[in-house]
Amino acid sequence: MTPEIQVGAKLDSEGKSLQSVSLWNITRRRLLHRKSAIVGMVILAILVFIALTAHWLAPYDPIKSMLDVKGYPIRPAKREAPCIHAFGCPPDQPQHIMGLDGNIRDEFSRVLYGARLSLFIGFATVTFAIFTGALLGAFSGYFGGWIDNSIMRVMDVLLAFPSLLLAIAIVTVLGPGLINALLAIGIVSIPAYARVVRASVLSIREMDFVSATRALGGDTVQILFRRILPNALTPLIVQGTLGIASAILDAAALSFLGLGAQPPTPEWGSMLGAERNQVFTAPHLVFFPGVAIALTVLSFNLLGDGLRDALDPRLAHVS
Amino acid sequence: MTTYILRRILLSIPVLIGILFATFALARLIPSDPCRAMLGEKATDDVCDDFLRRHGLDKPISVQFAVYLREVLQGDFGRSFRFSMPVTEILIQRLPTTIELSFAGLFVSILVGIPLGVISAVRHNSWVDVLTMLWANIGISMPVFWLGLMLAYIFALTLKGTPFQLPPSGRLSPGLITVPFYETWDLDPTSGTLTFTILDFMSRMNILNGLLNNDFDLVKDAIVHLILPALALGTIPMALIARMTRSSMLEVLGQDYIRTARAKGLRQRVVVMKHAFRNALLPLVTVIGLSLGGLLGGAVLTETVFNLSGVGRILYEAITARDYGIVQAFTVVIAVFFVILNLVVDISYAYLDPRIRLE
Repeated sequence: MTPEIQVGAKLDSEGKSLQSVSLWNITRRRLLHRKSAIVGMVILAILVFIALTAHWLAPYDPIKSMLDVKGYPIRPAKREAPCIHAFGCPPDQPQHIMGLDGNIRDEFSRVLYGARLSLFIGFATVTFAIFTGALLGAFSGYFGGWIDNSIMRVMDVLLAFPSLLLAIAIVTVLGPGLINALLAIGIVSIPAYARVVRASVLSIREMDFVSATRALGGDTVQILFRRILPNALTPLIVQGTLGIASAILDAAALSFLGLGAQPPTPEWGSMLGAERNQVFTAPHLVFFPGVAIALTVLSFNLLGDGLRDALDPRLAHVS
Repeated sequence: MTTYILRRILLSIPVLIGILFATFALARLIPSDPCRAMLGEKATDDVCDDFLRRHGLDKPISVQFAVYLREVLQGDFGRSFRFSMPVTEILIQRLPTTIELSFAGLFVSILVGIPLGVISAVRHNSWVDVLTMLWANIGISMPVFWLGLMLAYIFALTLKGTPFQLPPSGRLSPGLITVPFYETWDLDPTSGTLTFTILDFMSRMNILNGLLNNDFDLVKDAIVHLILPALALGTIPMALIARMTRSSMLEVLGQDYIRTARAKGLRQRVVVMKHAFRNALLPLVTVIGLSLGGLLGGAVLTETVFNLSGVGRILYEAITARDYGIVQAFTVVIAVFFVILNLVVDISYAYLDPRIRLE
């Protein structure tokens, strides 16, 4: 029995229907061949799970002090060391896997809720930066001339500052706070995306399929958004994944300095900043939030590296 | 080569003007009244008008920018509202700390990063390679301030009493008296002259001052205090440098001329160091130059964690106090430094690779 051939399916020279191999399929297959990318994806999946279910996973309220918890068996002390029943903590004491913080709150619950905020920070800033940067880069590359010159010179000036310092300066102007910190980090990371998109647009602009669209009467908007930008997506995805990692690090640094998320928000950087003078007496309050930041950043870095290798057209024959 | 250098220098001038304008605009956009921030909320309008006039803040923005440009070109960054002393003077006092710290951080990162990268490229896929790359990935993911605090905890508290104990804060042990080297040398420069400024600037770098003074106790003490901050600050660039060295070396080691060198019977060390490493150096220059920018940003955090009174720390303090002069001056100085650095990187690139300057 001959296999049914769908109408419009592509056939090879022997008449067999060709399996469509999308870029997405190749990428997925290549990603799954890299151990480091898998590690990154697993950590990220766990973090996303924690972020989505923090309100179920967290044993206590992240903001309410233990003094206000009804039915709490003992009188809790500030910055109490971790108490884990499995590791020999007396069972009559309430369990606090990561101890209590300076305001007598359960550190573990706060760290769990922090995942929510950090992932949000990463995605929000990078989304903002990608949209703005891609738009600027696309205009710059497509129109060229004075538009290109003026946009790219502004980007050069932005790139001339060490990113954290510029973010600090911008937050000063806008005033401290989480949203302003996000905006500052977003602005600081725009040039990277603008450059990436501009470079792709410059190379794609001259290709035959773009000329064909123009010859068929396609307008600028159509050419730019339907023909050119989708083809510039690959480097943008890689840059974006790695960008999330550095955005999370910078946001944590701003919060650490008191310029980002304000207490009592459970944000890892600000939790670390609040307890940094207690590092010798209560190291657990510094240790755990830092590990959480490092793990999150690590997962995006590993995934970004994996994506770069998987999406690299020079490796196309390896699929 | 000269044309290339000249062109690169000319190209960075618009960027420098852009930096000056950006910092000027940022400082003017700060949504608060500098007068009331400095003199207190209860300052009367009369007092404030006088204050604004005295600092030239009542003039149109364009005039303020022109005045600012002229002053900056003369090396005058105005006076700090808060410390009521010239900002340039504060810069001279604070910059040496940051320079010392940044160089120490860079030193650590190059000294460890390059050998790690070379070894893991030569022993590709061995356990050394796997461990190095694991460490490099973790290294670029750690927040500087957390690493600093953890290092302080480990080396100042956990290892207390062992020979590995290190001080967690400050630049020198309390009670240690430092004499500027120009005094022991009987140079006796007049205060306020350029010579004095330069000598004073140099003497504030403790290690340099100790060396020039033959005071090795001071040098040792300064180095001991620098180890932890330099480790904290140097880890991220170290990881970047190790990764870059590795991938660059791997690429070069696959080239035909390496096979030729091996076929000639050259020793492994000669092949790796002379044939491969020299050619792998090029991309490294860029990474090292770019990491210095990151180092300057990281210095703010490191100085805060280790209580070092450098540029980064005062910049942060000035921002909370809304001290325009200092914010402007420090951002300008750091950004200009960064631009010059990139210039040097580009030029050394052209020097190392003749193909670039011929374009």
